[in-house]
Amino acid sequence: MTTAEPARPNAPAPSAPRRLSAWLHERPRLRLGALLVAPFGWFGVVYFGSLAVLFAYAFWSLDPQTGVVVKSFTLSNFQRMVTDPVYGAIVQRTVAVAAIVTVADALIAFPIAYYMARVASPRRRALLFMSVLLPLWASYLVKVYAWRVIVAPSGILDWAFHLVGITDSSSVLGVSDVSMTIVFIYMWLPYMILPIYAGLERIPSSYLEASADLGARSGQTFRRVILPLVLPALVAGSIFTFSLTLGDYIIPQLVSNTQFIGNVVYVSQGVAGDIPFAAAFALVPVGIMAVYLLVARRLGAFDAI
Amino acid sequence: MSRILLRIATGLTLAFLYVPIAVIILYAFNAQRVQVWPIAEYSTRWFGEALANESVRSALVLSLTVGVAATVVAIVLGSLASFAVHRHRYFGREVISFALVLPIALPGIITGIALNATFNNFGIPLGTLTIVVGHATFCVVVVYNNVIARLRRSSTTIEEASADLGADSWQTFRFVTFPVLRTAIVAAGLLAFALSFDEIIVTTFTAGTQETLPIWIFNHLRLPNQRPIVNVVAMFLILMSVIPVYLAQRVSSETTGAAATNR
Repeated sequence: MTTAEPARPNAPAPSAPRRLSAWLHERPRLRLGALLVAPFGWFGVVYFGSLAVLFAYAFWSLDPQTGVVVKSFTLSNFQRMVTDPVYGAIVQRTVAVAAIVTVADALIAFPIAYYMARVASPRRRALLFMSVLLPLWASYLVKVYAWRVIVAPSGILDWAFHLVGITDSSSVLGVSDVSMTIVFIYMWLPYMILPIYAGLERIPSSYLEASADLGARSGQTFRRVILPLVLPALVAGSIFTFSLTLGDYIIPQLVSNTQFIGNVVYVSQGVAGDIPFAAAFALVPVGIMAVYLLVARRLGAFDAI
Repeated sequence: MSRILLRIATGLTLAFLYVPIAVIILYAFNAQRVQVWPIAEYSTRWFGEALANESVRSALVLSLTVGVAATVVAIVLGSLASFAVHRHRYFGREVISFALVLPIALPGIITGIALNATFNNFGIPLGTLTIVVGHATFCVVVVYNNVIARLRRSSTTIEEASADLGADSWQTFRFVTFPVLRTAIVAAGLLAFALSFDEIIVTTFTAGTQETLPIWIFNHLRLPNQRPIVNVVAMFLILMSVIPVYLAQRVSSETTGAAATNR
C-alpha cells in the first residue's frame, strides 16, 4: 500500500453519499425539502391527521343498539354535554382546581426561585437547579402512587398527625379532594419554579440598584420592578400548571373520588366504548387552553418559555 | 432577615419535593407485606420476587423496546427538523416549532384519545407499534429543542471554513457539524428515552392489552398482596426516569434551558 495519502475533496471517484450531497448543495430548496419530508410527513399524517380524526369523531355518534360508530354529522354529543348538568359541574370543578393549583404553585415557587436566581452562589445555584429538575422528571405515576401511600390510613401523614395529637386525620386526608389538590400542587411545582427562576435571573441587577437609589423600599421594588418584569415567566409557568391539571385523570382517580374532564374522556372511551362522546368531551380542554394561550401570548409568555 | 426567611422557604420547598420520592424508595425495602409507617424491618427480599415475576419481566421488555424505538425515531425526525429550521430561512419556521411543541403543550389525554380514535377508525390493531408511534410523536420536540439550541450556539463560520478548505457538504457534516452536535444528540436521546419509559397517559390509549411498566404499576397498585412488588418496580421507575436526566445534564449544557419546556 503506497497510496496512503488522505482522501482529497477532488479525488477522482467520489462516493455515492458525497455525490448526492454535492448535488443537493447546489439545490438549497430541494435540500430543504429532503430535510423536512420525514418530520413533516410524520407530524402531518400521524399527529395532525389524528387531531382531524378526533375532531370528526366529535360530530359522529354511537349507535346505542349495535355499539357501532355512525359516521354522519350530528350535534348529539354536544347536546348531551350541555343538557346533562353533571358534565357542566365536572368542567367547572376541573377549571376551579386548575386555577387553585396554579395560584398555589406560583406562591410556593416564588421564594425558592428568588433564592436560586438572586441570592445563591453560582455553585449552589447549579445544585439547586438540578434539585428542582430531578423531581420534575421523576416518574409521574410513581409520584402519584407515593402520595396515595402517604395519605393512606396508617401512612406517614396519619403518623405525623398522631404525633401532634390529632387522631382523626382520615376525615381530612385519605382519599379526598384536599389530598387531590395537594398532589396537583406537588406534581406541577417544578414546572412553575423553573420558568420563574429563569425570569428572575434575566432581570439586570442595575434595575434593582436604580430602584433602591431612587429611594424605593424593598417592598416597592418588588411590586413595581420585579413583579412586572417576571410576569411573562409566571404566565409561562401557569400554562403548564393549568394545562396539565385540565387534562389529568390519574390523580383524581387515585387520590380522590372526584371526576375530572379527563376521567369522563377516559371512562367514555375505555369502559363505555363511546369514542365519539370521548372525542367531543376532549375538545373542551382544547378550547379552554386555546383561550388561555391567546391571553398568555398577549402577556408575552411565549418569549419567556 | 429576609435572606433567612428565603433560605427556610427554599429548604421547606425542597423537602416537599423530595419526601414522596424518599418514601417510595424506603417502602421498596420494607420487609413486611403490610404498609404502615414507621417501617418496622428493612429487607431486600422483594427485589428477587419482582425480578422473578413473569408479568413484570414482560412489561420491562416492552418498556425497553418502546423506549429505544421511540428514541431512534425521535432523534431522526427531531434532528432533521432542527437542521431545516436552523439552516434555511423561509416563512413558516415558527409554525414548525409550534407544531412540534403541541403534543406536549396540549394535555396528554388529547394526543391519546386522538391517536386512539384514528387507530380505531382505520382498523389498526393496538400493540407495540402503536405505542411507539404515540411516544415518538411527543419525544421529537425534546430532540428538536436540544439540537437547535446547540446549532444556534455553534457558529456557522467553522462550516464556511470547512467549505473554503475544500470539503464537500458530506465531509463538512461528517467531520465538522456532527462532532459539534454529538453530545446534544446523546443528551436528547437520553431525555427522550426517559420520557418514553415513564409515560402512561398516551400509552393507556394506544397500548390495547399490552402492559408497559407504568401501566403494570397502575393495574396492580390496588391489589394489597402485590404491593411489595409494586414498590420495587416503582423505585426502579424513579431511577430510570432520573438517571438519564442526570447523565444528559452532565453530557450537555443545553438541557438546562430546554428541559423545563420539554416535559
